[in-house]
Amino acid sequence: MLDFLRQPWPWYVAGPLIGLTVPALLLLGNKALGISSSLRHICAACVPAGLPFLTYNWRKEAWNLWFVLGIALGGFLGYRVLGHPEVIAISAATVRDLRAELHLTDFSGLLPRELFALENLSNWQGWVFMVLGGFLVGFGTRYAGGCTSGHAISGLSNLQWVSLVAVIGFFAGGLLMTWVVYPLLF
Amino acid sequence: MKNLKYLVMGTLFGVILTKSEVVSWFRIQEMFRFQSFHMYGVIGSAIVVGMLSIQLIKRNRLRTINGEEIRLADKQYSHGVWLGGLLFGLGWAITGACPGPLFAQLGSGVPAAAIMILAALAGTWTYSALRDKLPM
Repeated sequence: MLDFLRQPWPWYVAGPLIGLTVPALLLLGNKALGISSSLRHICAACVPAGLPFLTYNWRKEAWNLWFVLGIALGGFLGYRVLGHPEVIAISAATVRDLRAELHLTDFSGLLPRELFALENLSNWQGWVFMVLGGFLVGFGTRYAGGCTSGHAISGLSNLQWVSLVAVIGFFAGGLLMTWVVYPLLF
Repeated sequence: MKNLKYLVMGTLFGVILTKSEVVSWFRIQEMFRFQSFHMYGVIGSAIVVGMLSIQLIKRNRLRTINGEEIRLADKQYSHGVWLGGLLFGLGWAITGACPGPLFAQLGSGVPAAAIMILAALAGTWTYSALRDKLPM
């Protein structure tokens, strides 16, 4: 059992488990799965600055912050305790494309060090990948009213057409970045 | 400690995200390049299971463990849904992580995740400040 847990989990195990999180949170306390809201609650708790959108009783949403704290703890358990492969087995075609287009040579870890090492904050690549990228994630998810969990999983599970629009937007943005902007950047 | 159960749920969720490798930037690139079924399998099967579960809850009028009626709010449309969606998508392909994986990466000890979360908080704050001026 432990050996099984240590291996990378296939999609048909992980996907259904992620799906079961939706009813689990509903049954435990009427909570809708959604992660990007935690960013709003943290802003409301730390720097509300009198903004109406950040002035509300974030303490009532504290469950969301506990959930996110758990995710970080889960990241530690899943990666450091249960272990991980040195190099994630992505498809050979992706390796070839990333070598050719983004000039990557190091495929170990969760993120390519050549782009995400903290030293890169001294050049444009670090700022684009860590700072601009993170900013777009925070701005875009709140503007859209949800992220992959709130719209794609929770929203589509509840047959929300609005979430379908959002997910099409997520994908359009991701494809635009990968196929149009990346070739211009590198 | 009524929030302990959410800490436990979050921990399980974080382990699943990590062990299925959806927290990997490389996996997200593989997805946007249509070079593996993995991510589509994870997201697709999660939606199918979520959908069936919600149907089951609705049809049987299941209640929470405290006996409350289960309510699911409808998502409201605004132009932000696709405009913001597009912006998030651009960011998702850069960082290779949506908000959940960012927190899981932080826990797994990726230093860049701390910078990306701070930047995401700055993005959320900026949205909150500019909200009235954005097309809705």
